[in-house]
Amino acid sequence: MKYVIIGNSAAAIGCVSGIRTIDKNSSITLISDEPHFTYSRPLISYWLKGKVADDKMYYRNSDFYDKNKCTTLLGKKVEKIDLAAKKVIIDDGSTVEYDKLLVATGSSPFVPPVEGLSNARSVFTFLNWDSAKAVKEAVEKDSRVVIMGAGLIGLKAAEGLHEICEDITIVDLADRILPSILDKQGADFVQKHIGKEGIKFVLSDAASSVKGNTISLKSGQKLTYDVLLVAVGVRPNVGLIKDAGGNVNRGIVTDNKQATTLDGVYAAGDCTESFDICTGQNKILALLPNAYMQGEIAGINMAGGDKTFDTAMPMNAIGFFGLHMITAGAMEGECVDLADESNYKKMFFADGLFKGYILIGEISRAGIYTSLIREKTPMDEIDINLLKVSPQLLVFDKKARNQKLAGGK
Amino acid sequence: MGINLYAPQFEVCRDQKKCIKCKVCMRQCANEIHSYDQELDVMVADDSKCVDCQRCVTLCPTRALRITKFQNEFKENANWTQQAMIEIYKQADTGGVLLSSMGNPVPYPIYWDKLLINASQVTNPSIDPLREPMETRVQLGAKPEKLEFDKDGKLKTKLPPQISLNVPIMFSAMSYGSISRNAHESLARAAEELGTCYNTGEGGLNEDFYKYGKNTIVQVASGRFGVHVGYLSAGAAIEIKMGQGAKPGIGGHLPGEKVGEDVSKTRMIPVGSDAISPAPHHDIYSIEDLRQLVFSLKEATAYTKPIIVKIAAVHNVAAIASGIARSGADIIAIDGYRGGTGAAPTRIRDNVGIPIELALASVDQRLRDEGIRNNISLVVAGSIRNSADIVKAIALGADAVYIGTSALIALGCHVCRSCHSGKCNWGIATQRPDLVKRLNPDIGYKRLVNLIHAWDHEIKEMLGGMGINAIESLKGNRLMLRGIGLNQKELDILGVMHAGE
Amino acid sequence: MRKIYVNEDRCLGCHLCEYYCAFAHSGKKDMVKAFSSESKPQPRLTIEEGDSINFAVSCRHCETPLCVKACITGAMQIDEEGRVFVDESRCVGCYTCILVCPYGSVIPGKEKAIKKCDLCIESGKPACAENCPNLAIVYEER
Repeated sequence: MKYVIIGNSAAAIGCVSGIRTIDKNSSITLISDEPHFTYSRPLISYWLKGKVADDKMYYRNSDFYDKNKCTTLLGKKVEKIDLAAKKVIIDDGSTVEYDKLLVATGSSPFVPPVEGLSNARSVFTFLNWDSAKAVKEAVEKDSRVVIMGAGLIGLKAAEGLHEICEDITIVDLADRILPSILDKQGADFVQKHIGKEGIKFVLSDAASSVKGNTISLKSGQKLTYDVLLVAVGVRPNVGLIKDAGGNVNRGIVTDNKQATTLDGVYAAGDCTESFDICTGQNKILALLPNAYMQGEIAGINMAGGDKTFDTAMPMNAIGFFGLHMITAGAMEGECVDLADESNYKKMFFADGLFKGYILIGEISRAGIYTSLIREKTPMDEIDINLLKVSPQLLVFDKKARNQKLAGGK
Repeated sequence: MGINLYAPQFEVCRDQKKCIKCKVCMRQCANEIHSYDQELDVMVADDSKCVDCQRCVTLCPTRALRITKFQNEFKENANWTQQAMIEIYKQADTGGVLLSSMGNPVPYPIYWDKLLINASQVTNPSIDPLREPMETRVQLGAKPEKLEFDKDGKLKTKLPPQISLNVPIMFSAMSYGSISRNAHESLARAAEELGTCYNTGEGGLNEDFYKYGKNTIVQVASGRFGVHVGYLSAGAAIEIKMGQGAKPGIGGHLPGEKVGEDVSKTRMIPVGSDAISPAPHHDIYSIEDLRQLVFSLKEATAYTKPIIVKIAAVHNVAAIASGIARSGADIIAIDGYRGGTGAAPTRIRDNVGIPIELALASVDQRLRDEGIRNNISLVVAGSIRNSADIVKAIALGADAVYIGTSALIALGCHVCRSCHSGKCNWGIATQRPDLVKRLNPDIGYKRLVNLIHAWDHEIKEMLGGMGINAIESLKGNRLMLRGIGLNQKELDILGVMHAGE
Repeated sequence: MRKIYVNEDRCLGCHLCEYYCAFAHSGKKDMVKAFSSESKPQPRLTIEEGDSINFAVSCRHCETPLCVKACITGAMQIDEEGRVFVDESRCVGCYTCILVCPYGSVIPGKEKAIKKCDLCIESGKPACAENCPNLAIVYEER
């Protein structure tokens, strides 16, 4: 059996681990256009900040490839999948044969069609290590930085840059920061905290053109920059599957075993769509844990195992300038607002189930909340009043607790 | 009523340098003595409520705590002692009977400590119990005059019912109510593992404990709580409680607040009602009446269970015992004035009854003199503190002993004598669920088993030293004892010679 | 594999486990010293307290630990014995493990790295179980 994995990040590593739970010896080839040993993408903002050194960027111990008997082709880009011949064609003309193939190609930064942006000076994206290195090169202590996009990437970049330079402005078309994970109120709570660090926000506005060092916004406001960071979103890299005739919506379509519609080809990670158990919709969940778990399931099935992935849902744990937040699930249904002055907290319930939550500030033990959403635990089986106070195992009945803490004995 | 005339008894000494403010003392004190002063960031204590149970001292992880006597002295007076005065203040405060717990604490003579055990030298060899068999098993119950066998060598004589014990030690009667369920479970499981018996006391028998039946003595007392035919048949023997060493002549009173759902069920009384055991059995005014109850119980259990009659050691104990031996009972249990209790009026506990050593010696002698000693077994109780006390008791004529306080001490009791408060910090003499939890029966039973194993080893050592290889050979063997510092009258009653004689 | 098991019927809520846990991870030999230092040592377990129920919760060392799968840096790992541990030098304190742990047994650290039960790997005797006065916490094979 020959396994080929296109990608070298969380989904790819998950896949290697998945394969190796079943098949200890067959060859695994990892192909990635990035030249690095597997590293953690989310760490680039910490790296920029200087909080993570080069040697701590790696996602796995240095013996990972050896231990798992992986061959790596790094700095090589796969151009095409030849389904009939069961091989992938690499940009240097060489080919690699596979019996089972995983496509874990991730995503690419989306650069919006703004007049003058594509040929403007000092424009950067912020998604992989090399892009972070480029940003670090470009930024000086007195640089004026404008970040387009107040999402997770934009804000994390801002936090990293804040260590280097002071003048940072974030622009977003939405009326709030972190629109993908927070509601307006929660976003305001976080924005206030980030604002205290001197970071400026221009919301409900967007660039209409870029010329020289100046961005003109739709409102008419003009911003002068030395470094412009584009972080308005990402697009899944679906080209290989699409070109091979596989089913693609916004992301690559897979079944719950991570198989694509192409024979012997699996996909996992940010390039795919997941089935969100909270809303019942297929959507792209570009989250590292999700990518790893998809990859692992793909690996198990590729190696002849039989396991499905049916616990995908939106969830995030992130912090900015010491303020932590954890969110999970869907922000719909009956909302219980439990915020106080120093902490923000909302819980969402629907159909007798816990659907989602936002915790900002006090985030301890949030995983108990997440598990109730994941397990779809009926709320009439637990003490919902205690649940609202804080995540705790006391919400369960004695038998369930015993199962959890005493192994059912 | 105005000012409090007496100072606290104990002082909580805290080494603030060692205190890490973990608050374990605060969390574990049912008397709510310890508290945390947020302003000063220190732990503080209200000494006045301390009963010196040592719970906090034991659990303090840095050994920062120590309880001492409150170093405050009333003007010295051999007659008007501080204790005597404090008791008057208390009664003047409340107008009530003083209540106490556990056994008589007054410094009357302890005869066990005035008796010495013999050992073999030269003329008859001592025995090494680790190399040679040594018998500590005993059978309790009436013994037949003689044994008859048929021509095949089979026993023809019908033996009266017996209880067989692997060790001459049983756990004495402590009711479920006076002690916790976990304490009961510890005793029951230990009795089972040791091959001896524990005793239900007058609390009835909880359904969950029927499985320990062959190691259980079920008690029938003046309140007749929890008595039904299933209960009588459940145990290895039935004990009629006529009296208790800690409070002879007095009944019992379990306050309604201790009668929860579970206790109510086992006692067969309504939840929350006081459980009052009258001072006398209202149907027993004579040995003849007692005989009727003995035979009623035998009848109810088809003559399969030995009947024990338990009395307190009082002045004319020998004559009473003689009567009991003629009542049809199989075993007499005698409880001395140091025997424990969950609650007794202080005056009774401290002034009524006699030492078990003297009672035992005179009862054994009397029964021998009357030629009825074999009709009945003799079990003694009332402060057996160690294996030497047991050896001495057996040499004075006992068949076996009951231990109560020693067993509770093994479970963690520090004899703070506050059982009557219901706030036992060790989870023993309490029904408060949060306190009962503190006694884990898995730990408790093991500690009891360890204690009895240790004592059994020591008994064997002492027997071996005397050149004796069975409990049976020591029984009533008063030549193995000598008195020390006793007057002639005491020596006569104990039936022993003075050391050196 | 031997694990920590908790019996809530036996737990007294005395919090000794919490203090012994913190002490065991303080690097100090003397408990008084450990707790008199400026930064008080942090326990790796949480005690839940209800009306009449108390119990300690620490890492269950799951067979398929979500925290290990979800960790964004690879700091959270599982060793050959099945013990889940964190390489604190690689943890950036993103709290994704807190987001996914169904027992709530990963604890935010005072410094950036998270704290979790390591089964007192060095001594081999988990301090919580060793010092529980009532066998409410035991370390055994089940």
